[in-house]
Amino acid sequence: MSVTVKIPTQLRSVTGGDAEITVEGASTVKGVLDRLYESYEGLSARIAEDGALRRFVNVYVGGEDIRFLDGLDTAVHDGDEVTILPAVAGG
Amino acid sequence: MAAVDALKCKECGTSYPLEARYVCERCFGPLEVSYDFSALDAAETKRRIQAGPQSIWRYADFLPFEQQPRTALAAGVTPLIHADRLAQRLGLREVWVKNDAANPTHSFKDRVVTVALAKARELGFEVVACASTGNLANAVAAHAAAAGLESYVFVPADLEEQKILATGVYGTNLVAVRGNYDDVNRLCTEIAGERDWAFVNVNLRPYYAEGSKTLGFEIAEQLGFELPDRLVVPVASGSLFTKIARGFEEWKEVGLLSGDLPVFNGAQAEGCSPVAQAFEAGHEICRPVKPKTIAKSLAIGNPADGPYALELARRSGGTVDSVTDDEIRAGIRLLAETTGVFTETAGGVTTATLAKLAERGRSRATSGWCS
Repeated sequence: MSVTVKIPTQLRSVTGGDAEITVEGASTVKGVLDRLYESYEGLSARIAEDGALRRFVNVYVGGEDIRFLDGLDTAVHDGDEVTILPAVAGG
Repeated sequence: MAAVDALKCKECGTSYPLEARYVCERCFGPLEVSYDFSALDAAETKRRIQAGPQSIWRYADFLPFEQQPRTALAAGVTPLIHADRLAQRLGLREVWVKNDAANPTHSFKDRVVTVALAKARELGFEVVACASTGNLANAVAAHAAAAGLESYVFVPADLEEQKILATGVYGTNLVAVRGNYDDVNRLCTEIAGERDWAFVNVNLRPYYAEGSKTLGFEIAEQLGFELPDRLVVPVASGSLFTKIARGFEEWKEVGLLSGDLPVFNGAQAEGCSPVAQAFEAGHEICRPVKPKTIAKSLAIGNPADGPYALELARRSGGTVDSVTDDEIRAGIRLLAETTGVFTETAGGVTTATLAKLAERGRSRATSGWCS
């Protein structure tokens, strides 16, 4: 099972410039993020604090904000697209 | 002119150069323009303001430019109406209404777009864009037309027909997105990362937001360089609400104003009230909501400046309240019947919230505001 994670430009300096990363074998958003944190040093410090997402980080699964789903426990399925974006736009 | 320092993260204080950038790469916090006002003399600055143009550029000392830019369609200097009949109807001593519908495209968005487009040109962009609930779309399309820039405006597909028509007339590239404003905003945030476009409320947001300070500057100047006791301000993203306060604080720092910061009352529609709900619950952050209200220009379910709006309301002794769609309709009628101003729904939200505060006996308001 694999999901695609879309990385915003602000994080590409820690992903070696990668804009999309394929993650295998995770069943929740938390699992997806944990695998990314293991692979990319410095990523966790940028977007997470004390195990939770920082307050200006939005994460979407299939275009839906995970706060309307089950937060970090939101299930991911084969072929899903997970998007990480800054929350400070708009208005 | 002001000494514009840098962009600074509001969360961790990290500094960045003055470029098209809006997010702190260390903590994802929002960036804000920082200034050094230490060289500004209060009396000289006041003279410069009073001798300045009849537009927001009279406040150029407090805007993010080293030299005053040329703009084709400058905004600002809108009427501050002494609303005696409204005050009387609400049992208040004194109420003033800031009628920002007198701007070129009829909302305060002309202020922020004037600043953002000037910065876009300075930074060499040829295409400007925005995510909008309607009013910003009009402003971006009009100001881009006046400046000869290509523009793309992204709006929710279910927006009021009149607003879509008003935007289209300026010859912009209008993109209607199936979804709500927050879906539009997400799309624009993604596009901003891929295209070399100046999204006024994404990658140029730190500069754009500075334009909202001019609404506070104008209110203070029109009151004779005095602060009002209280402001009732509509809240969508929370940027306008917090930037009016920021403007007052800057003028206090320079010595143009004295006294306590006014009480700040935020106004939201009940069908899209993430900030009011968080205020009521005592939370420091907002849980996003799916908007369902007639006040489409305020229909932001995931407000970027929500935490700062909550902090300001609490710090100033104010509130963030919400009103129903029926109260909004009654607010529009009340303002029209007492002031002759036929406002859009955001002004109805503001007027209805003022009425609610007055009824609650909390308000000894000397200043109201509507878009």
